Amino acid sequence: MTEANLDGQQASAAEESIPMTGAQMVWEAFVREGVKTVFGHPGGAILPTYDALASYEAAGKIHHVLVRHEQGAAHMADGYARATGRVGVCICTSGPAATNLVTGLATALMDSVPVVAVTGQVPTNLLGTDAFQESDVVGVTQPVTKHNYLVTDVSELPMILKEAFYIAREGRPGPVLIDICKDVQNATGEFRYDMTVDLPGFEPWPTVDMSKIQQAADLINQAERPLILAGHGIKLAGVSRELLEMVERAEIPVVTTLLGAGDIPETHPLSLGMGGMHGEAYANRAVQGCDVLIAMGMRFDDRITGSLDRFAKQAKIIHFELDKAEVGKNVVPDLPVIGNLGETLPALLSLIEQRKHPDWLAELNVWREDSGQTDIINYEVDELIPPYVIRQLWHSTKDTERGPAIIVTDVGQHQMWESQYFVHEFSGQLLTSGGLGTMGYALPAAIGAQMAHPDRLVWAVVGDGGFQMTLQELAVLKQERDLPVKIAIINNGFLGMVRQWQQLFYERRYVGTPIVAPDFVKLADAYGIPALAVRKPEDVSGAFKQALETPGPFLIDFRVKEELNVYPMVASGAAVDQMIRRPKPAVVQGFSGVEPSW
Amino acid sequence: MKHTLIAWMRDKPGVLNRVSGMLRRRNFNIDSLQVSHSETPGISRMTFVVDGNERMVDQVISQMRKVVDVTRVEDISSKPSVVRELALIRVQTNAETRSDIVQMVNIYRGEVVDVALESMVVQIVGSEDRVDSLIELLNNFGIIEMVRTGRVAVVRGMTERKHRRSTAVWRARANGYENMDEERLTTGGV
Ligand SMILES: Cc1ncc(C[n+]2csc(CCOP(=O)(O)OP(=O)(O)O)c2C)c(N)n1
Repeated sequence: MTEANLDGQQASAAEESIPMTGAQMVWEAFVREGVKTVFGHPGGAILPTYDALASYEAAGKIHHVLVRHEQGAAHMADGYARATGRVGVCICTSGPAATNLVTGLATALMDSVPVVAVTGQVPTNLLGTDAFQESDVVGVTQPVTKHNYLVTDVSELPMILKEAFYIAREGRPGPVLIDICKDVQNATGEFRYDMTVDLPGFEPWPTVDMSKIQQAADLINQAERPLILAGHGIKLAGVSRELLEMVERAEIPVVTTLLGAGDIPETHPLSLGMGGMHGEAYANRAVQGCDVLIAMGMRFDDRITGSLDRFAKQAKIIHFELDKAEVGKNVVPDLPVIGNLGETLPALLSLIEQRKHPDWLAELNVWREDSGQTDIINYEVDELIPPYVIRQLWHSTKDTERGPAIIVTDVGQHQMWESQYFVHEFSGQLLTSGGLGTMGYALPAAIGAQMAHPDRLVWAVVGDGGFQMTLQELAVLKQERDLPVKIAIINNGFLGMVRQWQQLFYERRYVGTPIVAPDFVKLADAYGIPALAVRKPEDVSGAFKQALETPGPFLIDFRVKEELNVYPMVASGAAVDQMIRRPKPAVVQGFSGVEPSW
Repeated sequence: MKHTLIAWMRDKPGVLNRVSGMLRRRNFNIDSLQVSHSETPGISRMTFVVDGNERMVDQVISQMRKVVDVTRVEDISSKPSVVRELALIRVQTNAETRSDIVQMVNIYRGEVVDVALESMVVQIVGSEDRVDSLIELLNNFGIIEMVRTGRVAVVRGMTERKHRRSTAVWRARANGYENMDEERLTTGGV
């Protein structure tokens, strides 16, 4: 597959090549790719490239954000990319710096996030000698990138840079790493950027088989109990609006994956919210009760399917997916529709008939009433519990002047409570590490999102455990002139999600899960960030108000009830409709003291 | 069932590592893997054998195609093709056994490529079955050292099936295989 002039500018004559160093080429390519912000950390093997950044920074072309750990750089680039749909960029030195990127690259690969990472490498004559700070970065990062390069010749660098952005962005997005030997950064070569990317083995956009779309439309038009299972692909293809149109025309309810949160507004009557391990009981029942399951831009992860042997066996499954390797990997669909949702969904839409499904919806609504989900906001709570905090966060942010907030969650119980109790209104409102489940993601990713959208309200929601994995990035908030990221720590004194499993499956033996935290308010103070601790439910909304009204960053340490579990829950290996339900009476009193019945 | 797949890839540093790393990471069951040049400069050709059902082979192909340097992947199991393996076997000999071994090697249309006082090196080219059974026989004399290439394959030319059968039969006869059943002949079993 070849494609010239990706951004549509048709070069009339060949660009004249300019002699420059490898180091300059990196920045020149970034500028041509529209990169304005990079996240990085310098060191010996990348020094020539940092030196060449000076003039680009002085000219206001590129802004470099200094991170405190390279994992943070990768997550920031990831957060930037998720918040914009553009390629996020990070840069660091060789050896330990490059290996520090690995977690961030793996996170981006699992969630299909376009990132380009540049690392310095020892000079070519030292390759393979165990030189100081040498590590086999291409080898180490191969399984966690979409593609990677080792550059040993400056004449190859311009094409490699161009290919890297192309591969990261086209088709199913993902991270690409370029490891550049130090002597290559110093060497002079010819730079131009109008060449054609020629990658015969790379087929990012498969041709759509239109007959499959007709078959899909026939199945959907005849369905009595249709259901859409929407994932990240809807956001990546930017087809939320088309999805909503189809949903309304044919009256089809929608369940989403975690990364599909907000694919249609969760305020919409046809939205059933998230399904899967901690999805709503009615959402999972809908999956197990539909007659046609229309999966769109999702990959049947085990967190959404539960036991595969018992997943939606009654339904005809249609799978709309860009990546052919995902089709049939976990669930074999009755009808695969391979291709870009940006093509297939509009084509499908034109064939979808107006329908009503009153019986099916009535059934769903009965199931929906049998849920504690809505109770949480309506009742007086006497203890500070995370679902209440999350709901108040939604209330306090939904009508601000800065538009609805972007929420970035970490990994654990608070992440699941956020997905349950926050009402996501648009696709891309929630940024979270779904596939890899990377603790420590929230703060750096929120910084990336905020750098991309300086005027938007960005909230990081994070556990006391995960926060302690990357809290050093608080310093970035200060260094970036009081970057206004707001942070809500859901502090339960435990590695909560693991503790929940120990409680349910290991007879409450809490090994390695009680966690001591510093005084987060003092910590924030040490970083020069205003903060307060909240212990009582009645102080929650005031705290959110104060956070909003305070310019710049703000941190709230919510000291929540310690031992509280996330329900509903599908235990690993169980069918998706075999849930441990929310203990009902406990909801009213803030869940206190009631354990689930098995 | 065993599937023979062929993948063409850009001859870039580390490409074999990319492919084998992916196969390992995804826990695919690979029986043998062989890489060499192809007819196109700059393109390497890999023949590999996967043991698994259709769905798994489909997965292997799809995942393989996602490796950026891989330009094409084909499952040739259902296509008429010529499949061969080469083995070099150093076997223990003495005055008594030497002629027995030579005779066996001849029956298998192998070749003795090196003779020393106490050992000889036997070369055999053929289907894996044939290589297997010669190895089994030679084992009785004591195999000192052995190397096998793994399966390599090319698809047969586009000929009429009838014609193909007759060439296959002709070839088998010419090679001294009188009584082979025709099905095996046409599926490259020789
Ligand atoms: C880097 C990393 N290490 C370990 C885990 C396993 N893990 C998943 S959730 C969790 C607990 C998280 O605790 P905390 O951050 O306090 O959040 P909570 O569950 O209490 O909301 C752990 C340890 C992980 N997901 N990521």
